[in-house]
Amino acid sequence: MNPAADIPLWVAVPTALLLLLGAGLALVGSLGLLRLGSFYERIHAPTLGTTLGIASVLAASMLYFSALQTRPVLHEILIGIFMVVTTPVTLMLLARAALYRDRTEGSRDVPLPSPPPQRPGTDASAPDSVIVQSGAEKGRQGL
Amino acid sequence: MSRWRTIVVPAAGLLAIWLLLQGSLSPGSVILGAILATGAAWVLMALDPPASSFRRPRAALGLAARVAVEVVRSNWAVAGIILGRGRRPRTSGFVRISLDMRAPYGLAALACIITATPGTVWVEYDSSENSMLLHVLDLIDGEEWVRIIKERYEAPLMEIFE
Repeated sequence: MNPAADIPLWVAVPTALLLLLGAGLALVGSLGLLRLGSFYERIHAPTLGTTLGIASVLAASMLYFSALQTRPVLHEILIGIFMVVTTPVTLMLLARAALYRDRTEGSRDVPLPSPPPQRPGTDASAPDSVIVQSGAEKGRQGL
Repeated sequence: MSRWRTIVVPAAGLLAIWLLLQGSLSPGSVILGAILATGAAWVLMALDPPASSFRRPRAALGLAARVAVEVVRSNWAVAGIILGRGRRPRTSGFVRISLDMRAPYGLAALACIITATPGTVWVEYDSSENSMLLHVLDLIDGEEWVRIIKERYEAPLMEIFE
């Protein structure tokens, strides 16, 4: 009673190929999370799954269910649109959090905020803040 | 005119979403969808969304087609990088791009396009400088990327949204 058995071959083959392509891209994206070196490089990897990967799976779904129900099934387009619109939000959130952390730590690998500010580097400002803190500590101890 | 558009455009979009979810064009779902979409668009007005100007739908279609080609191409390229094909030394890095576009919907569309293209991520936007920070996985020439983003995406987006 498997409904998939009734699907004609010319639908079944492209559906299977699209599903394999989507799953393969998601797998390669996950491999990238393991293999790439830095955080900013790793953030690129999952976008394989969220772009062409999800598009292939959604196309396979549209094809399969349109053939199964013998009417156009198109609501997968909405999933695609919402994926495209919402992925940048998460990616930017992660990337900006990492950028903020690296700038706070004074990493040389990330660019400073624009315009290139003439403020002293973290090396120069760090002793100041230490002095202020130790002064506060002394004051508290004195009291 | 602009007040009319701020209701009709989101309402039409919501109606399209409703009809896609229903999967039918029967009069019942069209009427109910139209009522719900108009009500929701009315509520959206309370949020005071920035005014949009969307022109030249033909240019938008052309841009969408170009982006689709680019998405497939860069998926292939990034998959190759991850699987270690070629094995040439590769550097990734940041590129700062000063933009000419100010339209908020255009900038949002640019962010979606850049993120939807694997290998490039929109990291940061500086509204006072109107510049963005781009991270490129396979960075060979920074100037080349500035040119690509500005000519291929920003120029058509400015035509559409400004």
